[in-house]
Amino acid sequence: MAETMTGARALRSAGDPAVEVATGDGPASAAGRAGRPFDPVALRADFPILSTLSHGRPLIYLDSAATSQKPLTVIDAVDRWNRVQNANPHRGIYELAESATNAYEEARARAAAFIGAPDARELVFVRNATEAINLVAYAWGRQSIGRGDVIVLTEMEHHANLVPWQILVQEADADLEFIPFDDEGRLRLDVLDVLLRLKPKLVAFTHVSNTLGTINPVREMTEMAHAAGALVLIDGAQAVPHLPVDVAEIGCDFYAFSGHKMLAPMGSGGLWARRELLEAMPPFLAGGDMIREVHLRRSSWNDVPWKFEAGTPDAAAAVGLAAAVDYLAALGMDAVRAHERDLTAYALETLRREIPGIAIYGPDADHRGGVVAFNLPDVHPHDVAQVLDRHAVAIRAGHHCTMPLHERLDLSATVRASFSVYSTRADVDVLVEGLHDVMRIFGPGA
Amino acid sequence: MDDLYRDYILEHYRRPHNFGVLESPDASFEGNNPLCGDRITIMLGIRDGVVAEVAFTGRGCAISQASASLLTDEIRGKRVEEVRQMTPDDLLDLLGIEVSPARLKCALLSLDTVSHALAERRPDGPGEPAAPAAAGGES
Ligand SMILES: Cc1ncc(COP(=O)(O)O)c(C=O)c1O
Repeated sequence: MAETMTGARALRSAGDPAVEVATGDGPASAAGRAGRPFDPVALRADFPILSTLSHGRPLIYLDSAATSQKPLTVIDAVDRWNRVQNANPHRGIYELAESATNAYEEARARAAAFIGAPDARELVFVRNATEAINLVAYAWGRQSIGRGDVIVLTEMEHHANLVPWQILVQEADADLEFIPFDDEGRLRLDVLDVLLRLKPKLVAFTHVSNTLGTINPVREMTEMAHAAGALVLIDGAQAVPHLPVDVAEIGCDFYAFSGHKMLAPMGSGGLWARRELLEAMPPFLAGGDMIREVHLRRSSWNDVPWKFEAGTPDAAAAVGLAAAVDYLAALGMDAVRAHERDLTAYALETLRREIPGIAIYGPDADHRGGVVAFNLPDVHPHDVAQVLDRHAVAIRAGHHCTMPLHERLDLSATVRASFSVYSTRADVDVLVEGLHDVMRIFGPGA
Repeated sequence: MDDLYRDYILEHYRRPHNFGVLESPDASFEGNNPLCGDRITIMLGIRDGVVAEVAFTGRGCAISQASASLLTDEIRGKRVEEVRQMTPDDLLDLLGIEVSPARLKCALLSLDTVSHALAERRPDGPGEPAAPAAAGGES
């Protein structure tokens, strides 16, 4: 029973290793961790929310795929912005405004470098991945997609990388095609091969599935799509927080991500796109800051990326994003991935061993990000989540904005546990204990 | 531990009353809760302005299933007018548990579905099934 665990939780589980990985000479972490072994248990101290209580017990946060928690360096960066840096970027010549502009553009440079963008001016700040994808669907899509054109998506997309395209093809009288996934949750590249014969204009897919956890072979898929003359958009919302991402190496054309899933504040996010594409695209939103000249009846546009940043941005969130990027870079994304792979393998193994009849969806840990979606026999995910909540375990129950994926699996919902840098084997152990309690309440003998 | 999962709630969940189909219902509706994928169809047989028969099918969480089980028990034999006037609070009283805001939609799905079934019922067609339709925007 969980009560007996309370004293032990949040402490290192016997199985929580400190991963020894050199972090290279990235920027010095504000947390002072650069060069030290990656230790998820120790770095939990950097995340204030992890020492809060839920129903009187230490919070076990296993919903990082929905949004990650924030380290002190990020919290402080936002706080510092509001205390001593706040002015409207790009709009004043006084000293404070100039330093605000510099901080905002410096944030852009750091975020761009983090994802391997060759040029900071290829990174458009947006609120989140959803906005990034909508920007492409409206600005590029309206211009480039016409009657009978084909856009290829996958059956595992988050609604954010599905619905904007549905709206576009409806308006343009174009068509959507879908790459299915196999029983292990891996995309069927043989089907992609066939779909590419339709000469699609765009192939858009998620880097990492937020439900199955599948890490897609983005480089190979990009090469295939390019060989067929299609552009490639990648939804990196679940990749940038968890793996090394290098857009230049992947070779894609558009790459979208959300700051709030990568330790940064809500309201920060990015769309990276190749410079020529951004230059050729018309604006998305119109107003202040995105213009060069405005006359009563016509205007001309600002340079990229500012052409796409109409109105006052969430600059505090942007400097928070820069702090998050520094934090992750200091840990080293190879070390982050190694930690989450190890933890995911532990979770898969422990759940299969401890919970008879559990159904786990998606591939093995080598091909999976830190996401484990599952179902217990004959218990609805909502009921699982409700009981786990009493154990202070925060997990997600539902369709996780991937209804077509669930339909394809003939499921109405799943339970999803998801990890981040601060997740530990001890978290998984409390989850398993909570699941035992669910089985006690709902099991046949109950 | 849980006020929510009282024995009688779990009992209704495991062995729901009135689970099944009516061959030719006078009113029928498929309701769903898009947030969690709960989906139930409620079928009513109406005679002389009274709910003479009622059945439901579908799947969902313990709360939505127990709610449908209890509600269908409650409305059998009631006048259609009375059923129409049932409020969410009436159903929550029937459930007898403290439902958190996050689970309110689960608890109220059955009543919502009954209301839709009655609203869509063809006024002059005893034995005529109303076309089932989804409550949410999606299918
Ligand atoms: C794969 C994927 N794409 C897109 C999104 C949308 O992210 P946001 O809500 O931050 O725009 C999410 C978030 O759940 C996601 O997991």
